[in-house]
Amino acid sequence: MATDTRVILICSGKGGVGKTTLTANLGISLARQGLTTAVLDADFGLRNLDLLLGLENRIVYTAQEVLEEECRLDQALVKHKQESNLSLLPAGNPRMLDWLKPDDMKRIVEMLKEQFNYVLIDCPAGVEDGFKNAMAASQEAIVVTNPEVSAVRDADRVIGLLNTNAIKPVQLVLNRVRPKMMANQEMLSIDDVTDILALPLLGLVLEDEQVIVSTNRGEPLTLNSVNSPAAKCYLNIAKRLQGEEIPLIDPTEENAGFAAKFRKLMQTKIF
Amino acid sequence: MAMTLRDIINKLLRRQPASASTARERLQLVLAHDRSDLSTELLDQMRKEILEVVAKYVEIDVEEGAVSLETEDRMTALVANLPIKRTMSGQIKLKEPKNPLEENSQETEGTDQNS
Repeated sequence: MATDTRVILICSGKGGVGKTTLTANLGISLARQGLTTAVLDADFGLRNLDLLLGLENRIVYTAQEVLEEECRLDQALVKHKQESNLSLLPAGNPRMLDWLKPDDMKRIVEMLKEQFNYVLIDCPAGVEDGFKNAMAASQEAIVVTNPEVSAVRDADRVIGLLNTNAIKPVQLVLNRVRPKMMANQEMLSIDDVTDILALPLLGLVLEDEQVIVSTNRGEPLTLNSVNSPAAKCYLNIAKRLQGEEIPLIDPTEENAGFAAKFRKLMQTKIF
Repeated sequence: MAMTLRDIINKLLRRQPASASTARERLQLVLAHDRSDLSTELLDQMRKEILEVVAKYVEIDVEEGAVSLETEDRMTALVANLPIKRTMSGQIKLKEPKNPLEENSQETEGTDQNS
C-alpha cells in the first residue's frame, strides 16, 4: 500500500495542446523510475489515452463498473505491456451519456490511492462538468499550454478555477516550443508565458515530429528512450516532479552557432 | 517599453514588427478583461461614471483620460489615469497637479474632496 500518493490533474482548458501525450509520457517515465503509477482518463466522451499507450484493445471494464460493483478495481485496471508499474483506468466509455459526479471521481481516486504512488488524471478539454469532476478528485495540477494566444488564454481560465478550488501546487508545462520561432520573436517566449500566467515552470517540451510517430505506434516516446528532443523533455519533467533539480533547457541555445548568436544580439535591449 | 535592436531595424525598414510582442500585448489586454469578468460595455459605462464623479470635484482633461484594467502577477487593478486641468474652486492645492490621479479598485480615494 502506497502512502503519500500524489494525485495530479493534467489540464489545459483548450483541446489539442498535449495533455494526453504528457500524461502518457509522464506515466511511462515515472513507472520507469520504479514508481507505481495509475493514469486515469477522465475524458470518457472522447477518450484517447488508451490509444496513445497502445492499450485500446485491452479495455474491458471502466471506473463506472467498479463504482457499480460490477467488477473489482484490479479487473478494470489495464496494466501496460512493457512497463508493469503503469496502469490505465478509463473513467467510462463513450456510449454512456450521463455519468460521474464529483463524488464518484473522488471515490475512484481514493481506491487508486491505496495502490499507487502517483495518480495522473488526464482531464477533458473545457471548463465544464468533465473538468470540474476531474478537479474535485485532484490535489495538485499541471497546466499544459502552448506558446499561442488562444492556448494561454484558456490556460488562464483554468488556473483561475484551480486557484479558487485550492488546488496546489499548480505548475506549468509549456508544450510545442519551437526554438527557431522563439529566437526570431515570432512566438511568445518562455518568460512571456510564465509572466502572464504567473506559474512556476515545471518544464518545457520542444516541438518534435517524433511525437506523431510515437502516437501512430501507440508507444510513448519515453518508452524506448529515444534520443528525441521531446522525450528528453518529458523525462526531465518526471524527474523534476520527483524533486530532482534538472536545469531548464534554453530554447534559444538549442540551435547554437553564428545564427543563434546573431539572434541573441538582435534581442539586445537598447533602450 | 524597451526596444530591441530588431524593433529598430524593423522600424527603419518599415517592416512589420515581430509578432511575439503583438501576441503578448493582445493577451495582456484580453486577460485583464477575462479575469475581471467585465464586458466592454460595462467597462465603458464605469469609465463614464468615474469621469462624471471625478468631474464634480476637479476639471479633468477628458480627451487625455483613460480608465483601464491592468494585470500583474494575476492581480488585476482598475487604473484611472485622469490628468487634472485645475480644481473647481481654484483654492484647492493639488500635491502634484501634473501627475495623473490613480485609483485602485479596492481603495477609492477621494483625493482633495474635503476642503
